[in-house]
Amino acid sequence: MLRADIGVQLGDLDLAAAIDAGDGEVVALLGPNGAGKTTVLRVVAGLQPLDRGRVELGGRVLDDPATGTFVPPAGRPVGVVFQDHLLFPHMSALDNVAFGLRARGVGKVDARSRAARWLDRVGLADRADARPGALSGGQSQRVAVARALATEPQVLLLDEPLAAVDARTRVHMRAELRRHLTTFAGVRLLVTHDPVDALVLADRLVVIEAGRVTQHGTTSEVARRPRSRYVAQLVGLNLLHGTAVGEHDVRLSSGGHLVVADPLPAGEVAVAVRPQAVTVHRRRPEGSARNAWEARVVDLEADHDRVRVQLAGPVAAAPATGPGDPAVLVAEVTPGAVAELGLAPGAAVWATVKAVDLAVYER
Amino acid sequence: MTTSLRALLAAVTGAGMLTSVACGDGGRGAAGPDGADTGLAGTVTVFAAASLTDVLTEAADAFEAQHPDVTVEVSFAGSQSLREQILAGAPADVYASADGTDMDALAAAGELAGHPRVFARNSLQIVVPAGNPGAVDGLADLGEPGLLVGLCAPEVPCGRLGLRALAEAGVTPEPDTEEPDVRSLLTKVAAGELDAGLVYRTDVLAGGDDVEGVALDPAVAAEIGYPVATLARSDEPDIASAFVDALVSDTGRSIVESHGFAAP
Amino acid sequence: MTVRRRRARTRPPAALVPLAVIALTFLVLPFVALLQRAPWSSMGDLLGEPLVTDALRLSVVSALAATGLSLLGGVPLAWVLARTEFPGRAFVRAVVLLPMVLPPVVGGAALLFAFGRRGLVGAPAYDGTGLLLPYSLAGVIAANTFVALPFLVVTVEAGLRTADRRYEDAAATLGASRWTTFRRVTLPMVAPSVVAGAVLCWARALGEFGATVTFAGNLQGRTQTMPLAVFLALESDRDAAIALSLLLIAVSLAVLVPLRDRWLAA
Repeated sequence: MLRADIGVQLGDLDLAAAIDAGDGEVVALLGPNGAGKTTVLRVVAGLQPLDRGRVELGGRVLDDPATGTFVPPAGRPVGVVFQDHLLFPHMSALDNVAFGLRARGVGKVDARSRAARWLDRVGLADRADARPGALSGGQSQRVAVARALATEPQVLLLDEPLAAVDARTRVHMRAELRRHLTTFAGVRLLVTHDPVDALVLADRLVVIEAGRVTQHGTTSEVARRPRSRYVAQLVGLNLLHGTAVGEHDVRLSSGGHLVVADPLPAGEVAVAVRPQAVTVHRRRPEGSARNAWEARVVDLEADHDRVRVQLAGPVAAAPATGPGDPAVLVAEVTPGAVAELGLAPGAAVWATVKAVDLAVYER
Repeated sequence: MTTSLRALLAAVTGAGMLTSVACGDGGRGAAGPDGADTGLAGTVTVFAAASLTDVLTEAADAFEAQHPDVTVEVSFAGSQSLREQILAGAPADVYASADGTDMDALAAAGELAGHPRVFARNSLQIVVPAGNPGAVDGLADLGEPGLLVGLCAPEVPCGRLGLRALAEAGVTPEPDTEEPDVRSLLTKVAAGELDAGLVYRTDVLAGGDDVEGVALDPAVAAEIGYPVATLARSDEPDIASAFVDALVSDTGRSIVESHGFAAP
Repeated sequence: MTVRRRRARTRPPAALVPLAVIALTFLVLPFVALLQRAPWSSMGDLLGEPLVTDALRLSVVSALAATGLSLLGGVPLAWVLARTEFPGRAFVRAVVLLPMVLPPVVGGAALLFAFGRRGLVGAPAYDGTGLLLPYSLAGVIAANTFVALPFLVVTVEAGLRTADRRYEDAAATLGASRWTTFRRVTLPMVAPSVVAGAVLCWARALGEFGATVTFAGNLQGRTQTMPLAVFLALESDRDAAIALSLLLIAVSLAVLVPLRDRWLAA
């Protein structure tokens, strides 16, 4: 069980975040660049001392500035898989894996035979003598995992393990990493800025933005109910803010009004809308669509076989962060629909969304 | 720490460094201090042995004062390297050497315009640090293994002369160092890092209060003469001759003597 | 196809070629002139003389010893300069570089004032134990180390500064002590800089003249290294001076050429 209450002031970064992770759990730290994710890992590894707070692992205090306790990195049962892997370039793969054992006093012969078993376990027995420069990205990652695990740590920290990998091998390596992670019984903390990595690899997500935890929960919870624009964008949802004004009515902060199917919590609410659930019409739709409004096309953006249409109107995403970030609602339509409807920037349209497609939750 | 500073400066100016001194502003057309216009005008370049630095700087100043339209430029370096430079075609008008052999070599090569004339004399002395901590009183002490003794290297004139003097005195020296030039030897003695060294009398004087001299028996003191001559390839033979004449004149003699040299 | 591409990439911009040729010519021409003046017929006799063999032995021994001492003290010094923060560090670095800009004779004189018989440290040492650095091989080594050490420190410090410190973090998380990390990670990773620095240091020590003669003096067989022998030979026997210089050049090339790009280009 890892309990970290982290307070660190580092240049522009003011990090104040509490992170708990249980044995056997994979927790992903998700957040934009510079949010402080890597600093969290460095604090846990002992590479960055705390200014305030406390880090505790299995009841043992690793860092507590209040009492002056600080266990240096070499004394912590922590394994780290670094970004870019950081395999020692002047050592063979085997010696890289044996390094931690040697450093902890294991004899040379013993350390090398244990390292060889680790390499075998990650399927690289035949690359034992290779220098890191001669390894592929995937092989290098496996050596890095073997090196981190060889000392049998209680915590495994992974810093953007897939960041250096190109998109094609990424899928394969992600699956492989998942397999290695499941063989480890301790706490696993994974830093990533890629939501797919987080969703595939982690049990729980902790979202960090600008040094603060903005959301945490199981992956499905976070994916369905984003609490910040950042997370909403990552998981591809429109996030609207509003106030419940009745059992099923939400008055949006952007001025519009939506009817939802689920019973509403009272007070401030968030509404998540999938872009695919928003329908775009040239004229006012016939019939009984209760959530229909006039909008203007701001921009169109091709995304694989779909087109993302940005709509300005009374139903739009929660507070824009600046002039470069207009309050819009994204609708996803087919290229055929774009042609048929004559969608172009500036076009006046109607948009509808079904009440059942709106997820509403407390803010 | 005056010892250190002076020794430091001596070390910097020594060790075969070429220093060049341009004297006077060479203002043309001005009358001399005594109002006389001597008719000489132009620039004359003098190559002089480093041990003559003080003497020739003063002599050049005096000559310029006498001849307002003349500029004297003096380059100081070891006699040998100046000889090499002249043989290699360096533009010089006058050569003043610390050693007859270098002058002879130039004469043999046909580089001299006139006969060399000796304008100053010098002799060897033992130099010891102020207070003479090694209690040195004669050449015999230079063969004493217990003392730190420095000589000039046998390749340079003061070393050659020193070895000759020691041989004449029947002393086998026990040097701890054979310095490449007089100044660096003097530096070590002045700093107290040597108990004794064999140098020229003028160097002992130049060493000031940091050093003392122990006079040698005149029979072995190796009197040497400093010859000066005009050079065959001079562009200003008249000025060059006038400069050499001035050096051996009474005025020149008094300058030479004021720096510890003996007059010829 | 690949060959052609590689060639295209390594062809220098046209404007650089003449300048590079001029620079190279400027460097090479004096050596060619030296070779042209060499007394080839008497070379064998000249180089066999005890004066020469003594000087060569002293030069090689003192330059190697100075390089060894510089490694011993210079690598830690470079580490401190590159990795620690302390007030006045910029000043300390400037002091470390001083021997590079100081005329070596001044350096030698300063060494005398420090370690000579009357020196700051030398006087008590001499009075207490009779130990005297000047006029000995140890003095030559001290003078060589004084002028050559900065070359090692500067090179290694630059190497340490450009080295990726995250590898040291990685070693720490694997349980390595700071000493183990230095020995097994930092040092091997900056090895090219250390070798390049040691070579520069050795070359500087081999050619050392001013500080050596001022501090250690000059005596054949005891303190007379090749540069001193060359300088004195120039005073009396130019053929011998050229022969000695060529020998010095040959020794340097014998060391520098095998190192090639592998280390020096690091």
